[in-house]
Amino acid sequence: MTESTQIPHEVHSEHHQEVSFWRRYVFSQDHKVIGIQYGLTSLVFLLFGFSLMMLMRWQLAFPGRSLPLIGKLIGETFMPGGVMVPEFYNQLGAMHGTIMVFLGVVPLSVGAFGNYFVPLQIGAPDMAFPKLNMASYWAYFVGGVTMLASFFVPGGAANSGWTSYPPLADIATTGQTVWLFGMVCLITSSLLGSVNFIVTIVQLRAKGLTFMRLPFFVWAQFVTSFLLLLAFPPLEAAGVLQLMDRLVGTSFFLPSGLVISGQPLAVSGGGSPLLWQHLFWFLAHPEVYVLILPAMGIVAEIIANNTRKPLWGYRSIVYSAVFLGFMSFMVWAHHMFLTGMGTAISTFFQTTTMIISIPSVIIISSLVISLWGGSIRFTTPMLFALAFLPMFGIGGLTGLPLGLATSDIHLHDTYYVIGHFHYIVAPGTILALFAGIYHWFPKITGRKMNDTLGRIHFWGTFVCMNVIFMPMFIQGLAGVSRRLYDGGAQYAHAQGVLQWNVVMSVGAWVMFVFQLPFIYNLFRSIKKGQKVPENPWGATTLEWAAPSPPPHGNFVTLPEVYRGPYEYSVPGEARDFTPQHQQPAGA
Amino acid sequence: MNEAHAEDIKKHVRAYIGVFVALALLTVLTVFVSYLDFSRGGHITIALLIAVVKAGLVASYFMHLISEKKLIYGALILTVLLFAALMFLTLSSHMDQRGI
Amino acid sequence: MQIPYTSTARPDTGLYNAKLGVWLFLASEVMLFGALFSTYVLLRVGAAVWPHGADILNVPLATVNTMILIGSSVTMVMSWASLMMGKFGRFRLYMGVTILLGFMFLGIKSVEYGAKFEHHLYPGNSTFLAIYFALTGLHGLHVIGGMIVNAYLWVTGSRMWKSDPQRFTNRVEVAGLYWHFVDLVWIFLFPLLYLL
Repeated sequence: MTESTQIPHEVHSEHHQEVSFWRRYVFSQDHKVIGIQYGLTSLVFLLFGFSLMMLMRWQLAFPGRSLPLIGKLIGETFMPGGVMVPEFYNQLGAMHGTIMVFLGVVPLSVGAFGNYFVPLQIGAPDMAFPKLNMASYWAYFVGGVTMLASFFVPGGAANSGWTSYPPLADIATTGQTVWLFGMVCLITSSLLGSVNFIVTIVQLRAKGLTFMRLPFFVWAQFVTSFLLLLAFPPLEAAGVLQLMDRLVGTSFFLPSGLVISGQPLAVSGGGSPLLWQHLFWFLAHPEVYVLILPAMGIVAEIIANNTRKPLWGYRSIVYSAVFLGFMSFMVWAHHMFLTGMGTAISTFFQTTTMIISIPSVIIISSLVISLWGGSIRFTTPMLFALAFLPMFGIGGLTGLPLGLATSDIHLHDTYYVIGHFHYIVAPGTILALFAGIYHWFPKITGRKMNDTLGRIHFWGTFVCMNVIFMPMFIQGLAGVSRRLYDGGAQYAHAQGVLQWNVVMSVGAWVMFVFQLPFIYNLFRSIKKGQKVPENPWGATTLEWAAPSPPPHGNFVTLPEVYRGPYEYSVPGEARDFTPQHQQPAGA
Repeated sequence: MNEAHAEDIKKHVRAYIGVFVALALLTVLTVFVSYLDFSRGGHITIALLIAVVKAGLVASYFMHLISEKKLIYGALILTVLLFAALMFLTLSSHMDQRGI
Repeated sequence: MQIPYTSTARPDTGLYNAKLGVWLFLASEVMLFGALFSTYVLLRVGAAVWPHGADILNVPLATVNTMILIGSSVTMVMSWASLMMGKFGRFRLYMGVTILLGFMFLGIKSVEYGAKFEHHLYPGNSTFLAIYFALTGLHGLHVIGGMIVNAYLWVTGSRMWKSDPQRFTNRVEVAGLYWHFVDLVWIFLFPLLYLL
């Protein structure tokens, strides 16, 4: 007896022709192929962004020292004699942030995981707009290539921080213009994707799949898509305005009376640098929730599955996610506490920031409470998912003194901030994404990844993440500023904490070494991994009802749903899990 | 297309023509008013009011919002709230500056 | 492999996919132009002096343009209504006029821009001109985008009308919603820049 709704062979379309290699694997409209395209591309960008940081960390650990081999490769312009010039350090910093956020994490969590698994988890044959989906990937690809190309224009890549604050960004080298065009492509990609996700989730849910029966992963993607849809356009507008400042001579962001190197700037003035900050952070704050929500979704799926228990507080988690999404639009100026805003408006943003911590706490607490009384299986994905919890806890808690305007006076623009947000994104989101890869690899390939290599990857990464980011709080509290190309070497107040630079750098380089077993495992397991049946984890959600990998169209008859997403260990049932689409007894 | 359906559309067509006439008149009005003597605040208020009425007509009748589904209303109300937050919070931050 | 609800509405939401899709897209456009309107407000409030629009810009020409755009909105919705009544010929007529009016709008806009440049009034001259060119420029790009879609529907329409009339009607409705939105933005743009 099989409860799956799969078929033993490919569903053929009306033409009965073989689709060409290009239409099948490159310009595909199938959400699974597009998901894999996003996945592989984003992993490459993550590795590249990480490499940029490893380069930065050489300069931070050994300021002014020549880097053997790689220093020569980079060339005389940016590393004369193998020694990094400050301008290059700034490029690395700006591009590390840009690439990790916009080309790495979001495309992986939304473009890859979201694209592949949302249609499957809702019992749909594909996304609502397959052509749009394909366009979305290629816009991302073009944007990514544009960003990479910026390293090769005169003056190198963008070097005004990923935040691109004017007036500096307005007058910066050509790379900034390329950055802006790249962002336009990426924002377009995001827009097309978010429309697709929302319509798909609303319109293509299988029969019986009400909103409150959706897996939390789908809710997370749903809220995330609204954030992307409504928060990105102001940054697109700002990007156009900055392009106009740079190319057409406007002064949207240039104040009157600006003098550069003793020369007054020949522009009309009258603009506002703070206007850019408002428009930028209006996107960039919701963006951090875009970074975390899909990760929480993945962790929720894996915890429910590996505790053999329903999630505790499903409704609270869902309402919290929705509330979190809405509030994320109301807090942005907590990034601007030190820009001269008055006490009234600062109090407003401080209050909304404190309020927004509540839903996050509810979500993370519910996930922790979900472990209580569970039959915990310490599978590789579960290790990563469990580690996410305290790591996100540290990241979230360290955000509190930043969200309070007074304490932020001391901590703003220090390494404390870098520690805070990296804890959430690196040992937070990225660990969750690794968890997702190990968890869903069997569905995508029909094989499991190797567990021993997985555990080595986990422990090495987990320990190194803490070695890299914990000292940042120490340095930040001591007053070491961000974006210093010598890591604070010139500052008296930094002398007591400078030794941590070497520790963090070594941590980063060692962490790279621990990614090698993962990369090997990922590719080797595609062909040589242990073959597994279609539901190796004994999971309840709909994607596990399809074959591994699912054929074009996913299901031959679209499934019907009879129950919630986490019916594990239901009393009286023969097995310790009851899939959503399993017909009720006596039906 | 059946008869009742076609009749329905004909009613809508009459509404479209009516809205067009109203929009044309309101356009003339808004230009006319701009030449009258009001305070700057008065001018802004009147112009925005007329624009909101015109926009409302286009949205309600040309875009069929008057008979649209709840989901669409929900998405639009959310959007309007966020647009208001962007405009007013940014403006408030500017107004509440510490003399910088 | 068929995607459900491309032509027919899903019962519980009452919508077909593209209709929800286009409204969501329009919501994002509200935020895009909203950001530019917020920019206008901030720049104007922060400026020591702000010119009276009518002193620099051509109000009569822009008034004509406003009428043209409103007219094109009517012809656009009429082209959809024609399809709803099964009259493909009427659709072609109204859509053709819509496209024509679009060209006229752009034509007048180019005359306006040309006149500005002739008098050495460039975006870099002042924040007023900067936001004027930014807002009308982005709006103009949206007009062009809409016209490309309309032209595509006008030229290739008969094929899809024969094979899937419901789907084609929906496509025209969706294109219409976008076009009305472009009209909507101008309804605010015109008084803001030209009259205040």
